[in-house]
Amino acid sequence: MATDITQAPDLQAPDLENSALGEINKYDFITPTTDVFKAERGINREIVAQISEMKGEPGWMRDFRLEAFEIFESKPMPKWGGDIALDFQDIYYYLKPTKEQGKTWDDVPQEIKDTFDKLGIPEAEKKYLAGVKAQFESEVVYGSLQEDLGNKGVIFTDTDTAVKEHPKLLREYFGKIIPSTDNKFAALNSAVWSGGSFIYVPPGVKIEFPLQAYFRINAEQMGQFERTLIIVDEGAEVHYVEGCTAPMYTTESLHSAVVEVIVKKNGRCRYTTIQNWANNIYNLVTKRAMAYQDSLMEWIDGNLGSHLTMKYPAVYMMEPGARGEILSIAFSSKGQHQDAGAKVVHCAPNTKSRIISKSISKNGGRSSYRGLCKVEDGATGCKSNVVCDALILDSDSRSDTYPYIEVEEQDVQIEHEASVSRIGEEQLFYLMSRGLTEAEASSMIVSGFIEPLIKELPMEYAVEMNRLIELQMEGSVG
Amino acid sequence: MPETLKITDLHVAVEGKPILRGVNLTIHRGETHALMGPNGSGKSTLGNAVMGHPGYEITGGSIELNGENIVEWDATQRSRAGIFMAFQRPMAIPGVKMADFLRHATTNVRNPDRKEGEELIPMRQFRKELTEQMEHLRMDKEFARRYVNDGFSGGEMKRAEILQMAMLRPKFAILDETDSGLDVDAVKLASESIAAIGQGTTGNGDQMGILIITHHDKLLERNAPDFTHVMLGGKIVETGGIELAQELYTEGYDRVRAAYPDAAATEQAMTEKDAIAN
Repeated sequence: MATDITQAPDLQAPDLENSALGEINKYDFITPTTDVFKAERGINREIVAQISEMKGEPGWMRDFRLEAFEIFESKPMPKWGGDIALDFQDIYYYLKPTKEQGKTWDDVPQEIKDTFDKLGIPEAEKKYLAGVKAQFESEVVYGSLQEDLGNKGVIFTDTDTAVKEHPKLLREYFGKIIPSTDNKFAALNSAVWSGGSFIYVPPGVKIEFPLQAYFRINAEQMGQFERTLIIVDEGAEVHYVEGCTAPMYTTESLHSAVVEVIVKKNGRCRYTTIQNWANNIYNLVTKRAMAYQDSLMEWIDGNLGSHLTMKYPAVYMMEPGARGEILSIAFSSKGQHQDAGAKVVHCAPNTKSRIISKSISKNGGRSSYRGLCKVEDGATGCKSNVVCDALILDSDSRSDTYPYIEVEEQDVQIEHEASVSRIGEEQLFYLMSRGLTEAEASSMIVSGFIEPLIKELPMEYAVEMNRLIELQMEGSVG
Repeated sequence: MPETLKITDLHVAVEGKPILRGVNLTIHRGETHALMGPNGSGKSTLGNAVMGHPGYEITGGSIELNGENIVEWDATQRSRAGIFMAFQRPMAIPGVKMADFLRHATTNVRNPDRKEGEELIPMRQFRKELTEQMEHLRMDKEFARRYVNDGFSGGEMKRAEILQMAMLRPKFAILDETDSGLDVDAVKLASESIAAIGQGTTGNGDQMGILIITHHDKLLERNAPDFTHVMLGGKIVETGGIELAQELYTEGYDRVRAAYPDAAATEQAMTEKDAIAN
């Protein structure tokens, strides 16, 4: 297809009334795209090689992909978590929507701007964003990076570009935190990955504002396999924010990302994610950070939507004084299973971790907390605190907790608290006796429940998260 | 003709167990009523039933607001129509700030026809009013930023309930043991505040009809009841003036029990059943 991407195609007005099957989701619109290249459906060795070739990658990356593909084929499906009913041969693994990456807002194709308009991105960009990278389908199409960031030596680009422009730096860490052998979906991502962010923050550089990226799946049965690698050098600081919304389709889609983070001595990294997937998407993500001496890694992870999410952000504390904090929230509704949690691994003495996990289940949704706290032999003086709270809104919904604790050291302090509560009749009555409707009252109780997460988000994300929760809550009681 | 809350032959059951057995009570706006009675006689049940708690099943009789039977209304409708209850043990709503909660509540009660998602009362106006009312109650400004009843002391909870009453300006308010758990100074402050709010001096000048459920007489010093009612075995057995409240506080309920043996027998049966159930 040789389409002039600078010409705006005719846009279909989003039919918000009719596009919503089942639950109304304001982001359920489909923007017609002008694809430049679409790999054929399914996966085999040839397709993996073709993806590498299309991208013009060096031989080492091609070999990395092919090796990962073999690992993917040899690994069984995970037998725990949720039921995965995926036909790997029924998915597209690569889609390249535009020929080149847009450099400025004017270069961005109209239809993509249109999508961003619906999501309210341009305003947010003007007001808050310093560097925006937006992934439209599988490729980054628009990115801007503040000049002073570049002057400080900060690299913020898509991972494909980094393969070409920063091969030495990328290759040193790529696939080292999460090797292809880690799990079946990490192997799949390693074979077919496309897009994602690559960030390098040089020693001592503190980025005062969050770096942000919007991700979006747009083609039916289109798998999205972004690959993110963040390197925070000694004494450096960064906050990376990723948010996802997706339109709704009737057939399965797969999102399987790999996110690797390295935080060196005295560094700090906060990685914030808000994901709101369509109800048919399998969201199977591997996220892991390695934190070195006296550094801090924080994962803030909000999961809404999807058919099944399996995601357990991990922090490996590699050297003394490292800290890992994970704050996660899951909201599951009809036909949705959120199997989410966190992993903390104390590999060195005097390391500290904290996990706060909150889940909300309604209309037959299921939320599971699955967490691992591991202390290795010799990691003396470690502290770990795990709190997981589940809120169940009706009797059709379900919540489970699977905490795994493996401690090979005596001199440690580990606390685990779990609570499950239902929205009480008494709480509802109290709020209703003050003039709130039952729906308003439920909504208020839920927003209070997730307040500890919301207050950690950048302001525009807090607003969006509250709006998403309100949408999820609409008509939830009757 | 003042506005009226009229309870007629009200029967209420909780989990199938009859508690109220024919309560009659009429409150006009501007009047203060005291409701006294031993524990378990049904005082709080009356409050909850009037407020519309779904767990309190009305098995007979009526509750009329200005002639309209409201027993089918939910708590939201009753609240927006001007009925308020200060709870004995208000619920904590973790994560929800007092100010946000009160802004929603105040907007809804003042604009009863408001639909969800419609504008709230302007922030500036709301803040000003809230600050004024909090000053009356000698509450710290920080209080508005705390989560609703979450980790409040007994005294803070009661003051928060009075603050809500001041903001919502109901036509009829039921105060369920708003004096319990308070020290002498706190009761004095609560008492003065309730009197001022009841007279409308802190709001728009409209008087309220107040039903004070209490075991003591302190709250009544500044809120002299026009009527005192004694509840026993799920019924109001006697009504008098302020002197009845004073008598009950000092003398207890022995005279009343002796005077109404049927109600006393019911009360004893209810209490014994509770003892077995517990």
